[in-house]
Amino acid sequence: MTATSPAPTLTATPGQTIGPFFHFALPFDGDRDLVAPGTPGALLLHGTVRDGDGAPIQDALVEIWQADPSGAVPRRTGSMRRDGFTFTGFGRSTTDISGRYTFTTLAPGGVDGGLPFFGVTVFARGLLNRLFTRAYLPLDGAEPDALLTSVGERAGTLLTERDETGLRFDIRLQGEGETVFLTYPGHSAS
Amino acid sequence: MPELETQRQIDAEIAATAHDYEQSGAEETQPRLDYAPYRSSILRHPTKDPHHADPEGIELWAPCFGERDIDPLEADLTIQRRGEPQGEKIVVTGRVVDGQGRPVRRQLVEIWQANAGGRYIHKRDQHPAPIDPNFTGLGRCLTDDDGTYRFTTIKPGPYPWRNHLNAWRPAHIHFSLFGTDFTQRMITQMYFPGDPLFALDPIYQSIVDPKARERLVSTYDHDLTQPEVLMGYRWDIVLTGAHATPLEQEDHQ
Repeated sequence: MTATSPAPTLTATPGQTIGPFFHFALPFDGDRDLVAPGTPGALLLHGTVRDGDGAPIQDALVEIWQADPSGAVPRRTGSMRRDGFTFTGFGRSTTDISGRYTFTTLAPGGVDGGLPFFGVTVFARGLLNRLFTRAYLPLDGAEPDALLTSVGERAGTLLTERDETGLRFDIRLQGEGETVFLTYPGHSAS
Repeated sequence: MPELETQRQIDAEIAATAHDYEQSGAEETQPRLDYAPYRSSILRHPTKDPHHADPEGIELWAPCFGERDIDPLEADLTIQRRGEPQGEKIVVTGRVVDGQGRPVRRQLVEIWQANAGGRYIHKRDQHPAPIDPNFTGLGRCLTDDDGTYRFTTIKPGPYPWRNHLNAWRPAHIHFSLFGTDFTQRMITQMYFPGDPLFALDPIYQSIVDPKARERLVSTYDHDLTQPEVLMGYRWDIVLTGAHATPLEQEDHQ
């Protein structure tokens, strides 16, 4: 429990699966374009979501929430009506038939001196509650932070990899290379 | 396609897990991710425990949505097309609060649902019930300063699915919610009181604690019901944890 979070007194409402039929409801125009393609500094954050057999998951939804390149936390509205100029820091992408999600965005800066990372939330049919994780920028010689250190040998699942279009971050729900998912103070174990 | 199992087999698995839970003496408040009666979960649940993280940086904040994002008319699912949709018109309203009961103000709530006949407007929905040309089943709104959301819609029907033979989902509305912190993001389903399918549904039963799963069931509220117009349901939502306001953060520094 962090010093800044008072203990909750109410029990949280349970989550449920996103189910198979969200595609007509949750996507919106420009949902995965935090900046317009071609914007100076724009990169593609992308990856494949896979199940315990390594098969791509075609009906997942991935969301990201990030700082701007200076490390400032965006406080601007307008994610659902992109104007091409306002950086809101929020993006949403369905996975396609190959299990791939994509975002066009800018590399986040570190907030308050921390390592830069994207906050990532994963939903899918068959997944009974949302999963949280972090997609860190490549360390490039920087020291791992407390979280990466505490994760130990699985820390690599939290690191993006640079490729020809930007950054790759694969998500494995189960099995070999299973992504480290996070729980925060105030969350119950199950 | 493999032969589907029977409801009786699913019931036996649900009952065995419920029995083990009762014996354990523990209290769980969220669904299990590893819940085999919901067959699609078998290969889609992490096998390792989630790693504890103290929220930092971006995780202490949530995306902002505002009047630029949402048209107030999107909260009424009965006026999106030219005519009146089929079915029982209802209002669903309640408050979104954090773990300390503080309202989540001016935040986005999204819903989606089947029509009165149990059919979604979705290309993968193969249920032969008719599509209603006057109903899309998609709504959005912002909570007000008291954390209250409000939707006018049609009561959704139950619908069949292929988890097992003769599987039917209880009527429900999907809810997508943001808090004041990234860590409060959630998606869930709201149900209607007294549904006979509750006991048979592995998604609802994946919340193995009876008190916990009842938190997903709305309450019929006659004070919300409008004479000769619609029926009213109330459902309040508590997000995980309690957020720190910027002022409190400063106080602790």
